[in-house]
Amino acid sequence: MTLRTRATMFAAAAALACGFGPAMADPAEAELVVNEDITITTKAPAAAHLEGHLDTVYSGWLFREAETRKMQMDDFDNPMFVYAERGQEAWDTVEGTEGKSCANCHGDIAEGMKGVRATMPKVNAAGNLWSMEDFINDCRTNRMGAEAWKWNSDNMKSMTTAVSLQSRGMPVAVAIDGPAAEFWERGKEMYYTRYGQLELSCASCHEQNYGNYIRADHLSQGQTNGFPLYRLKDAAAVSIHQRFVGCIRDTRAETFAAGSQEFRELELYVASRGLGLDIEGAGVRP
Amino acid sequence: MKSHVVLAALAATLAATSAFAEVAPTEVTFEEGAVAQSLTGTAGNAEEGSKIVANRALGNCVACHVISANSADFQGNIGPTLDGAADRWSEAQLRGIVVDAKHTFPDSVMPGMFKTGPYIRPGDAYTGKAAPADLPPILTAAQVEDVVAYLLTLKE
Ligand code: HEC
Ligand code: HEC
Ligand code: HEC
Repeated sequence: MTLRTRATMFAAAAALACGFGPAMADPAEAELVVNEDITITTKAPAAAHLEGHLDTVYSGWLFREAETRKMQMDDFDNPMFVYAERGQEAWDTVEGTEGKSCANCHGDIAEGMKGVRATMPKVNAAGNLWSMEDFINDCRTNRMGAEAWKWNSDNMKSMTTAVSLQSRGMPVAVAIDGPAAEFWERGKEMYYTRYGQLELSCASCHEQNYGNYIRADHLSQGQTNGFPLYRLKDAAAVSIHQRFVGCIRDTRAETFAAGSQEFRELELYVASRGLGLDIEGAGVRP
Repeated sequence: MKSHVVLAALAATLAATSAFAEVAPTEVTFEEGAVAQSLTGTAGNAEEGSKIVANRALGNCVACHVISANSADFQGNIGPTLDGAADRWSEAQLRGIVVDAKHTFPDSVMPGMFKTGPYIRPGDAYTGKAAPADLPPILTAAQVEDVVAYLLTLKE
């Protein structure tokens, strides 16, 4: 509560005091070191496929106020660790008709899930593009005999948080060639489509205008390397697709559903715009 | 009986006046981006306009523009400041920009405020649901005129 109020006041003071000049447009000059131990790359030369679009890619973390950035630098201050703990608990819990837990097959989460988040979303053995949520539910329903979790449920977010943390500090490593290429192409087309009555594409805000302010919001490049992340405004964890729903809705458009094929493809393309950045495991945003 | 006739006549006159005066979104004529003809035939109300530019559900112009004279909080900088807009643009040009800025600035990110399509996946305002078949423009003709009247007060 206090934190939220403080963050708002901070933004207001910054907006009023500094004017709206280009100086404000810059992402912060800051280094993300978590627990004084794990250094996370938040700024990198853009991947070759972004030539002519972006020179440098930045994590959304750099566009937040110092106050919010700090919360992500210490696991004790990071509200996502409530989710991470719940996820870890579920990892070790036997569920379903097969009498199995995730740990029974994958072992210790730190080993079994190391680097997995960095490769998501990816093409599965059957040739479908899957997000991490799809892999988890596949294991639950087909391997454990347990019920699927809803995409944006607390259970699902807790597990994706626990799994994502095992890639913290590792570079985004999505494949965009081979069997992924067709999905990637469609995701790219979506990224540049101007949806809704406001006729805005992802690029209108996150490529053409990152660093600028849209009303109170300091626009980032809309990267996904920080997900799943905690939104102070919602006082809850937010999934990648949940964020996409919100951004498309805000163009006065009919949005797509979390878990839809369209959003998996968009997720792949957006993830590939973050090649060079590190997975943050669990971000914090205003 | 008599008063009924008078009322009906009055209603007919009113209907005729507005039918004559109000331009529909699909009937607006642009000339190099500018729209010379008032959409309502009556002068807009600048005071109303000052509220519309700050209203998130309506123009929300301050989401993208700084207007120093306006008290709206958190003014954005996606577009240029509108201070002095009336020195740079004529009334017709300003009307054209508000109706549909893409006639003045091709590919602009500025949304068309008085158009009804064609759109890709139009929504029902900010609900995320599909738009009704008769999706109204973001601003009514009268609101466009109010905003134009307000912009005309922005002189340096
Ligand atoms: C009965 C054994 C079994 C159980 C129980 C199980 N999994 Fe799996 N899991 C697998 C197998 C097998 C794969 C597929 C590996 C492959 O195809 O490469 C897999 C794949 C995955 C993947 C994708 C990994 C990757 O690198 O692509 C994730 C994430 C995952 N499981 C999470 C979970 C979670 C979370 C649970 C518990 C809710 C769980 N699994 C329970 C066997 C299991
Ligand atoms: C009208 C402007 C606008 C459009 C269009 C838009 N967004 Fe956003 N988006 C925002 C704002 C504002 C935020 C919160 C501040 C920030 O990080 O930019 C945000 C945040 C995000 C974030 C979270 C970034 C982080 O690190 O916290 C992602 C991811 C994102 N957007 C993706 C998208 C995608 C994909 C699209 C296209 C479907 C899209 N956005 C379209 C305004 C927009
Ligand atoms: C999503 C952001 C956005 C919104 C909302 C928006 N504009 Fe704009 N506007 C722009 C941009 C960007 C430009 C610069 C032209 C271009 O696109 O190259 C612009 C240009 C203008 C100009 C010409 C600027 C000058 O003086 O040179 C005027 C006038 C204007 N807008 C008025 C408005 C009004 C009035 C509203 C609200 C009804 C509004 N705008 C809403 C983005 C926006």
